Amino acid sequence: MADQALHAQPASTDGQTRRDFLLYATTAVGVVGTGLALWPFVHSMNPAADTLALSTTNVDLGAIQPGQSVTVVWRGKPVFVRRRTPDEIATATKDDGAELRDPSKDADRVKKPEWLIVVGVCTHLGCVPLGQKPADPKGEFGGWFCPCHGSHYDTSGRIRKGPAPANLPVPPYEFTSDTTIRIG
Amino acid sequence: MSGFKTDNKVIAWFDERLPIFSMLQHSAVEYPTPKNLNYWWNFGSLAGLVMVIMIMTGIFLVMNYTPHTTLAFDSVERIMRDVNYGWLLRYVHMNGASMFFILVYIHMFRGLYYGSYKSPREVLWWLGVIILLVMMATAFMGYVLVWGQMSFWGATVITNLFSAFPIVGEAIVTWLWGGFSVDNPTLNRFFSLHYLMPFVLFAVVFLHVWALHTSKSNNPLGIDVKSPQDTIPFHPYYTIKDLFGVGVFMVFFLYFVFFAPNFFGEPDNYIPANPMVTPPHIVPEWYFLPFYAILRAFTQDILFIPAKLQGVIAMFAAIIVLFFLPWLDGSKVRSATFRPLYKQFFWLFLADCVVLGYVGGKPAEGVLITIGQLATAYYFFHFLVLLPILARIEKPKPLPASISAPVLKGGGMAAGATAQPMEKA
Ligand code: HEM
Ligand code: FES
Repeated sequence: MADQALHAQPASTDGQTRRDFLLYATTAVGVVGTGLALWPFVHSMNPAADTLALSTTNVDLGAIQPGQSVTVVWRGKPVFVRRRTPDEIATATKDDGAELRDPSKDADRVKKPEWLIVVGVCTHLGCVPLGQKPADPKGEFGGWFCPCHGSHYDTSGRIRKGPAPANLPVPPYEFTSDTTIRIG
Repeated sequence: MSGFKTDNKVIAWFDERLPIFSMLQHSAVEYPTPKNLNYWWNFGSLAGLVMVIMIMTGIFLVMNYTPHTTLAFDSVERIMRDVNYGWLLRYVHMNGASMFFILVYIHMFRGLYYGSYKSPREVLWWLGVIILLVMMATAFMGYVLVWGQMSFWGATVITNLFSAFPIVGEAIVTWLWGGFSVDNPTLNRFFSLHYLMPFVLFAVVFLHVWALHTSKSNNPLGIDVKSPQDTIPFHPYYTIKDLFGVGVFMVFFLYFVFFAPNFFGEPDNYIPANPMVTPPHIVPEWYFLPFYAILRAFTQDILFIPAKLQGVIAMFAAIIVLFFLPWLDGSKVRSATFRPLYKQFFWLFLADCVVLGYVGGKPAEGVLITIGQLATAYYFFHFLVLLPILARIEKPKPLPASISAPVLKGGGMAAGATAQPMEKA
C-alpha cells in the first residue's frame, strides 16, 4: 500500500500527463486503425473491375431515319439516341432563352445537332421516360415524358416541368466514324 | 429471480451455472402485469410470433432461391410450382410481411393512444422505432429478391433517393448499387442483407423486451402500478390471453395465405424485371405508402434546396420525429382516456395517416397532389405544434387512485373480484 502511494505521488504531476498522452495516442491509433480496416469492406461494395470494364458501348447510326429514336444499353442503363428533325432542332435552340430549371444551351448538349444522345434515366428517381416509340406520349415539350411522377423533357432532353431537378445527362461519347459512335 | 424452485436436481444444477430457468420464471411466468390490459396489448407478442414465422419460412425459401439476375425470378416461380409446399412457404413469407406491418402499426398506435412512450418508457419506445426502421429495410430488400418489375423499379426509385444529397449523392448511389444501375451486384448484396437484418431485428426485439421488463407494461389507464393488488402474474393469465389472440390472428393471416394470397401484392411483380421499361404506375408495398406520399408532397424548389431533397428529408423526418415524441408531448397524463382533447386529435392523426396512405398509392395528379401536401403538413403539425400546445392548455380528467380503485369502488380489498377484465376504458 505504502509503496503504491509513494509511486502515485509524483505520477500526479508528470506521470499523469504521460499516461494521458499514452491513452490518447493509443485511442487515436486504434480509431484510425479501425477506420482503415473498415475501408476494404466499404470499398468492396463499389463497382468491381469487371463492372467498370463493361462501360463502353458502340452504336451504328446508319439505319436511323430522321425523327426516329433507338435505345441502347450502356452500363446497364438505357441511352436514348434520337435523330432530330430540323423542326426539333429549331425548337430546341429557340428554347435556349426560355426559363430553364437546369440552364444549358442546346449546342452544348450535342456534337452534331442532328444527333441527340442522352442517358434515358429520369433525373428525379430513375424511371425510364417515355417518348422513344412513335406511339409514346412525348410530354408538353415534344421530347420525353416520365410517367412515374410526371416530368417533361424537351427535344434537347432538358427538364421543363415536373419534379426532376436536372436535364437528362449527356454521356461521354465520340463519333468513331460518320455513322458510328462509341459511348463511354 | 427469487421465485424459481425445482425438485429436479438436473435443472437446479444447470440453473446454478446458467440461470436460464430463473430468467424464464422471472420474465414469462411471474412477471407482474397490470391486471387491466385490454386486447390492444396482444399485438406485441403477435408481432414476435410473425418475426419467428418470417425467419423460419425465409431460411427454407433460401434453400431453393438463387440470387442472380438471370435466375432469381425463375427460381421463385420454381418454388411456387415445383418445390414441395414451396407455394405455402412463399405465400406465408409474402403475406407474413404484410401481417408484420399491420401488427406493428397497430402496436404503435396503441402506444400513441395510451401514452406508452412517456417516462419511464422512452428507451423502450426508441427501440420500437429502431425495430420499425430495421423492418422497413428488411422488407424493402426482400421485395427486390423476387426480381419482378416492381422489385426492380421499386429498388431503382428508392436507391435513387440518396442521389438527392448534394455532392456525395451520386457516389452513395453508385456504392449502394455496386455499379451504374440496379443490377446483379445490387441483388447479391440485398440478398446478403435480407438474410442478416432479421437477426439484427431479433437482437433489437430482445433489447425492447428487456427494456419492457425493466420499466414494466403500461396499461389502459396509463397510471402507475400502486401495489401488488394492481397486478396479476403473466402466467397463466396473459399467456392464455395472448394465445387466444394468436388463434384469432392466425385465422385472419391464413385467410389471406389460402384464399387471397396476392391481395397485398402487385400484378406487375409477376413480370420479370426489365431495366429498359418502367411500368406506367410504380407503387411501393402498401406499408410504405404514407411515407411515399410524404416523399412526393414536395414539388417546389425552396431557395437552394431542390424539391427532391426536401421530399427525402421529410420522409426520413417523418420517422425521426418519433424519437422526440416523449419530449414533444409534455403532458404528464399518459392515457388518452383522460385527455379529452388529445383523444380527438389522436383519431384525426390516424385518419391523416390513412389519407397519406391512400394518396401514396395513387398517381400524383390533380387534387390528390394538394391533398397529399395538406396531409403531409398535418402529419408534422400534429407532432411539432399540436402536441406541445395540447400539453400546456389541456385540462385532463381526474385520474383514478389506482388500477384497482375503479373496479373495487373504494379499492384495496381482497383480489377476488378482480378477474373481471377491464375493457377498452
Ligand atoms: C423480419 C423478417 C422478414 C421480412 C419482413 C421479410 C420480408 C420479405 C418480403 C416482403 C419478401 C418479398 C416476398 C414476395 O413478394 O415474394 C421477401 C422475400 C424473400 N425473403 Fe424475406 N423477410 C424476412 C425474413 C427473411 C429471412 C430471415 C430470410 C432468410 C433466412 C428471408 C429470405 C427471403 C427470400 C429467399 C425471399 C425471396 C423469395 C420470395 O419471393 O418469397 N426472409 N422477404
Ligand atoms: S422518376 Fe421521373 S418523374 Fe419521378
